Amino acid sequence: MPVTVIGGYLGSGKTTLVNHLLRNADGRRLAILVNEFGELPIDADLIEADDGDVISLTGGCVCCSYGNDLMMALMDMAKMEPRPDHIILESSGVALPGAIAGSVSLLNDYSLDGILVLTDAETVQERANDKYMADTILRQLQDANIILLNKIDLISDDKKAALNDWLQEKTQSATIIHTQNSVVPIEIALQSFEHDGGFSADRSTHSTSQFETKFFALNNSIDVKALAEELAEVPEIVRAKGFVQNEDGVLKTLQLVGQRFEITPAPNEVEAGIVVIGMKPLPELKTLAATG
Amino acid sequence: MTTIYSAKKIITMNPARPEATHVAVRDGRILGAGSLAELEGWGDYTLDERFAEKVIMPGLVEGHSHAMEGTLWRYTYVGYFDRMDPNGKVWSGLDGIEGVLDRLREADAAMEDPDAPLPGWSLDPIYFNNERVTREDLDKVSTTRPVGIMHASGHILNVNSKALEMAGLMKTGLNNPGVPLGKDGLPTGELKGPDVMTPVGIHVGFDRDMLACDEQGLVDFAKLCVRSGVTTATDLAARLPDEAVDMMSRVTARENFPTRIVPLRFHHGVTPEELIAHVLELKKKTSDRLRLGMIKVVVDGSIQGFSARMRWPGYYNGAENGLWYISPEHLKQIINSSLENNIHIHTHTNGDEATELVLDCMEEGLLKHPSRDHRFTLQHCQLADTAQFRRMSKLGMCVNLFANHHFYWGDEHYNLTVGPERAERMNACATALENDVPMAIHSDAPITPLGPLFTAWCAVNRLTASGRTQGETEKIDVDEALYAITLGAAYTLKLDGEVGSIETGKRADFAILEDDPESIGGENLKDVRVWGTVQDGRIFPASEL
Repeated sequence: MPVTVIGGYLGSGKTTLVNHLLRNADGRRLAILVNEFGELPIDADLIEADDGDVISLTGGCVCCSYGNDLMMALMDMAKMEPRPDHIILESSGVALPGAIAGSVSLLNDYSLDGILVLTDAETVQERANDKYMADTILRQLQDANIILLNKIDLISDDKKAALNDWLQEKTQSATIIHTQNSVVPIEIALQSFEHDGGFSADRSTHSTSQFETKFFALNNSIDVKALAEELAEVPEIVRAKGFVQNEDGVLKTLQLVGQRFEITPAPNEVEAGIVVIGMKPLPELKTLAATG
Repeated sequence: MTTIYSAKKIITMNPARPEATHVAVRDGRILGAGSLAELEGWGDYTLDERFAEKVIMPGLVEGHSHAMEGTLWRYTYVGYFDRMDPNGKVWSGLDGIEGVLDRLREADAAMEDPDAPLPGWSLDPIYFNNERVTREDLDKVSTTRPVGIMHASGHILNVNSKALEMAGLMKTGLNNPGVPLGKDGLPTGELKGPDVMTPVGIHVGFDRDMLACDEQGLVDFAKLCVRSGVTTATDLAARLPDEAVDMMSRVTARENFPTRIVPLRFHHGVTPEELIAHVLELKKKTSDRLRLGMIKVVVDGSIQGFSARMRWPGYYNGAENGLWYISPEHLKQIINSSLENNIHIHTHTNGDEATELVLDCMEEGLLKHPSRDHRFTLQHCQLADTAQFRRMSKLGMCVNLFANHHFYWGDEHYNLTVGPERAERMNACATALENDVPMAIHSDAPITPLGPLFTAWCAVNRLTASGRTQGETEKIDVDEALYAITLGAAYTLKLDGEVGSIETGKRADFAILEDDPESIGGENLKDVRVWGTVQDGRIFPASEL
């Protein structure tokens, strides 16, 4: 079962994100593991059964608190029938999500998809200078595959750019996404950074107020590397994935997250085409449009 | 019905009359201590001379222990030091891996089910020149059953190949700092840290409720208390679900249960609001021998596990700073709500940065909720410096220092974790007393053995296992040490009005000793023999447990 670890300090929007993902599960059976139920405000009409440590939700989703024993909770969850499609593990505000991910990887029933860390745009820099919490906050940022720079609406445009640069410097290679109320497409939040299981999000055109998804059927060949470099330069694009026919006629898989991309041989029997997900409004992507 | 006990000497801990020859007991409480002539004034009595050749002290108070020590004795002991089990058998210490394997083989041979797990505990490779136990070593014990041995620190588990197989970890390609790999790319069988230990631990008998004791474990723990002269002991940190509380209430209420147990509710796994609500409910279930309603907050990890939070310059060997187990916001919330609701908190801090955080939060909390007598207690608090003790004093805090630690791990702290200067100031008993911080000292059983007289010896001598004196200026004298293991510890639990000294009105809780700790010499304090205890006037000879 794929696992996405959600980290971030108190007040950064983890619980809001978890609720957002539950409301937009779109048929996925999500299992949410939280340290404690605390402020998790699950709408009452979503709750089917509540037996203390496990809350069953409509649509086959489930929410469990793991208290002080995450590993036992995961091992218990592996016995659950039917199995959830995806595990979302919300770590505590002071936990290091990378360490949690390392532990999860020891369990044979689970595979780690990625680490998403939320930050509160208003307070993250202050916290990163806190007498007690500074190194914890910085280690959380370093562990991340995706950083949500949340509550972005609360800071000025000038500050946004500076904050983005600062975060870029603090993280290893995470994709930074600006969000409001933790709203991010589920395909982005739960994407896999660890292994290539084929692109399944391409049939979904799920979008929210801040993001949009575009699909381009690519009928013509093109220099894949040049295309990737071009897409990487478009700041609105947070992710792209698809199959592209290279100039030499060979079909390639292109995966792009933020400014990083990877080009690998495409699997057999796939059709050319690419999905681009980005902040609204996505600028006109002329090269893609021309290739399609 | 009054009984007057005669004794060779009664150490009362009451400065007005520090010594007595007789103590009168009625209805489980002390009428008075003094001479027979003084006590006869209470009316008809029976003179009981069974302790005529013994020394009587107030029942000892262990302010930081875990009742799980009772449970662990059902597993095979493989420690380096001799240690007595609940039934009084002394298990000899093992001085090498071969000895460990031999003892495990004996345990293996005595088991009927070839597939049953074989758990051992209290391994400490420090004493084997840090030679590590490997899965190949443990495979020599058994290849059919899972075998696992827990280190004395509780932070590392060594297992055999069968246990790794059962957990699905007998494979290459693992990438986790807590799982060292051998030359063959397979795990060596050493598992470091709780999250790494759990998936394998359940197959070798160390399962989820290891930190909670079961009924048999609680009974066995109480036996260990009697054997070490303890009449009041904490079970410091449990989740305390209803089933556990019901079990503990039932067991401690038995007429022959010899110990007053003080369990603290662990903060983890619930929100601060839920924690306060639960503890207020628990308070209603408190009983004479089961004192409920206190909170334990764990702020950081351990020094030898490099998970304690250290102030600059951090670990001596350059290890990265440790882990927070609670955020400052939640800590403040728990402290503030507890001050409002008159709930008593003990905090676990090992590193000095964690201690500093608690002091900061207390300072802030007390401004909002002035409290004359909160007695919030810093547990372990091993690295506090003098300035921090001064703050504790001003803030009305108590401290319970881990005196046993510098005997068992002092050398490692000196050489590896914190370096010479800070190792010498660890568990600074003398500084605590100089600054008028109410102080107790503890064993953290089962991490080190339950035995307040041994703990007192550690604080008086500050010897490490290699025989070095570490921190000459932090030594305390015998009187101070005996106070720390009686009234000192009772004070940190707000029980000093009931127990901790032998004087009119208090509980008839006594440690009955064969030797006199006041005259045996500080260097021999650990050798004081314990006959048994009297608790609430009930007599418990260790020989009849």
